[in-house]
Amino acid sequence: MANAPVLEMRHIRKTFPGVVALDNVGFELRRGEVHILLGENGAGKSTLMKILSGAYQKSAGEIILDGAEVEIKNPKHAQTLGISTIYQEFNLIPHLSVGENIFLGREPVHLPGLIDQRAIFQAATRALSGLGLTLNPRKLVKELRVAEQQMVEVAKALSLDARILIMDEPTAALTEHEIKELFATIRTLKDKGVSIVYISHRMEELFEIGDRVTVLRDGRSVGTYDVHAKSRSELIRLMVNRELTDLFPKERAARGPEVVRVEGMSTKGGLKEISFILHQGEVLGIAGLLGAGRTELARAIFGLDKITSGTIYINGDPQRIGSPRAAINSGIGFLTEDRKSQGLVLPLSVKANLCLSSIDKFSRWGIMDTKEERQAAGRYVNELRIRTPSIDQKVVFLSGGNQQKVVLSKWLCSQAEVFIFDEPTRGIDVGAKAEIYQLMNRLTASGVAIIMISSELLEVLGMSDRILVMRGGRITGEFSAEDATQERILQCALGE
Amino acid sequence: MCLRRIALRENFFSHYGRQLGTLSGLLGLVVALWALTPHFLTVSNLLNIAAQATIIAIVAVGMTFVIITAGIDLSVGSVLAFAGVVMASALHQGVPLPVALLVGLGIGLLCGLVNGLLITIGRLPPFIATLGMMSVARGTALMFTEGRPVSGFSEAFRSLATGEVLYIPTPVIIMIAVYAIAHFVLKRTTLGRYAYAIGGNEEAALLSGINVKLYKTMVYGLAGMLAGLAAILLTARLNSAQPIAGMNYELDAIAATVIGGTSLLGGEGTVMGTLIGALIMAVLRNGLNLLGVSSFIQQIVIGSVIIVAVLIDMALKRRGK
Repeated sequence: MANAPVLEMRHIRKTFPGVVALDNVGFELRRGEVHILLGENGAGKSTLMKILSGAYQKSAGEIILDGAEVEIKNPKHAQTLGISTIYQEFNLIPHLSVGENIFLGREPVHLPGLIDQRAIFQAATRALSGLGLTLNPRKLVKELRVAEQQMVEVAKALSLDARILIMDEPTAALTEHEIKELFATIRTLKDKGVSIVYISHRMEELFEIGDRVTVLRDGRSVGTYDVHAKSRSELIRLMVNRELTDLFPKERAARGPEVVRVEGMSTKGGLKEISFILHQGEVLGIAGLLGAGRTELARAIFGLDKITSGTIYINGDPQRIGSPRAAINSGIGFLTEDRKSQGLVLPLSVKANLCLSSIDKFSRWGIMDTKEERQAAGRYVNELRIRTPSIDQKVVFLSGGNQQKVVLSKWLCSQAEVFIFDEPTRGIDVGAKAEIYQLMNRLTASGVAIIMISSELLEVLGMSDRILVMRGGRITGEFSAEDATQERILQCALGE
Repeated sequence: MCLRRIALRENFFSHYGRQLGTLSGLLGLVVALWALTPHFLTVSNLLNIAAQATIIAIVAVGMTFVIITAGIDLSVGSVLAFAGVVMASALHQGVPLPVALLVGLGIGLLCGLVNGLLITIGRLPPFIATLGMMSVARGTALMFTEGRPVSGFSEAFRSLATGEVLYIPTPVIIMIAVYAIAHFVLKRTTLGRYAYAIGGNEEAALLSGINVKLYKTMVYGLAGMLAGLAAILLTARLNSAQPIAGMNYELDAIAATVIGGTSLLGGEGTVMGTLIGALIMAVLRNGLNLLGVSSFIQQIVIGSVIIVAVLIDMALKRRGK
């Protein structure tokens, strides 16, 4: 196998308003190699790949393809250059057949507009068998398993003469057996001289399928290594090696009595035998990888997923929490991961959003005391320093940080005593982040208990009093803030 | 001081700007017709327009609530006919007037609640559930009357349509009362607030502890009940309940609602806008009649007005963002 680099990305820099996402990042990709990109959430892997696939434009740096510099204008252009991406979410049309999907948008025709069906299925069969697959090209995509759909994506990319394939977490939704099949296909691709950039969090895969690995951290390249020259623990250290700075203004509050106790809870959402205790004034951090069951835990406590066994105690009393209303009445507030689609009613005003979960307090016989409502809204806007021209402003016009404060006020207004934060600072700029952390400090100082789910390990380490680590719907580790290190958490999250 | 006044004015405009736009459309139309025909701007003609607008305007109130929750109700015209013939038969059977009126309202409410339950418990899309109800209610009305109108009622009943209070026709007064109450309900009650929240983001409403199914069902029930009220007024005016009454009223009600600035995507809208929308349609029909424009051309004009009104509304909204 030739070792000449097919592709080189050099000194890539990417800035978004107020943030440097990538700074002087680079790596080279050889012909027929599987090159792993390794890094924490937010390290810049996806941004780098979006630049390569044409979804983003780099701010500076150069991309060299076959020895010549190229400017990748858009995803279509990337495809014509031979760079294809297999996304986690497939871009297939479920009601069309495998063959029709592979040739979507460039169907062979008899006459303009008249599709040559036979040619499609013949070409599709060739494309699939080239990958060592025996999939029937006439089968509808919706009837395929996830792994098979992924293969269709790969076949589609190859039929576009892709020489470079980007795979972003390709095994996230696959079973053990399907992963084996995928790896067999990847090996076939390597033999054909296709180069693969492979993003995955699963360390075991890295050693099974990877040739070389480039580690990214905080938007910078740490280095490129032969996979077998490094041990797992060395790689983990390279990924996370950082000091906690005063980014996290954590103030410890006095730990009060127990507020929530969960015993042996399993749910339809996939939780298995979850038990933990949450105290007043405490931040309980929940760490884990994508799909570990962290959000499912929040949904179960908030009455959204059916609990099949186990008990939740609130202030020592067993509670049946069957709906969000019941959860709110038990003093629980849920700040969802996705503010815009779940937390806020965007076309409504700051005032209306703020009072949404506690209108009962402002109304008698269904008629609202709008004066009292306005006063309450004004109070929270002042107290939390929500930057808005008025309480009648629609929340859609507020910045991410201020939107988050509106959601927070909503639960303060409903007098929640337990706050569940799911990814509290996602998509929020650095200044607003610090403000959210300070609000958490104020909450715990006033005796509120917080469950904080976060994919940012540093945030979990920086803000928690205690940390639970989840994997596969179970709790696989518990640490006090003093004992927790990034390495130990990652080991529990990865299942070492 | 001066700055504050400007700020106040801007605030006023941002709140009512959309209705002001629709309102100036209505006024422009009135001025144009005044210039074109001497018969338009007379007290008797204006009262005539108001009386003609009432039926659609009342049905459109319910439609506005439904559309604010991001739904649609195609069944209101048929429900109107069904409620009308049942109430009329009750009157013919000698049922006391107040009871018969409650029967009319009750039939409407019942059909609306069935719509609501099909949508919330049955998880049917509102379009499908109410399309089905449209056919079922119409068919039941025809079956119930064997296709014949039920005609001839007491003076007391007919006075609901023919009566006057201070020279203002009773139906107009009822319409104004319905709009005043509906405005209050939307702006000042939990039902109204939840309607906006559900239409603006159902998921967020659910996660805020709102009983989404209950309130959605109530909104469809309300739309049905208002169709029942419209049935009472129409039957009283015509002195006859027809099983084929209310054909295409759902479309007129939807048109009045969207001309009035309510978004079909849900989450925003006002009944005052809808009232203006209903008046625009009534004024337009009346004016075109006075001008002797053929009914074929009238349809073209009204269709175009709907499209242009919503185009302008969307353009204003984009500029607002």
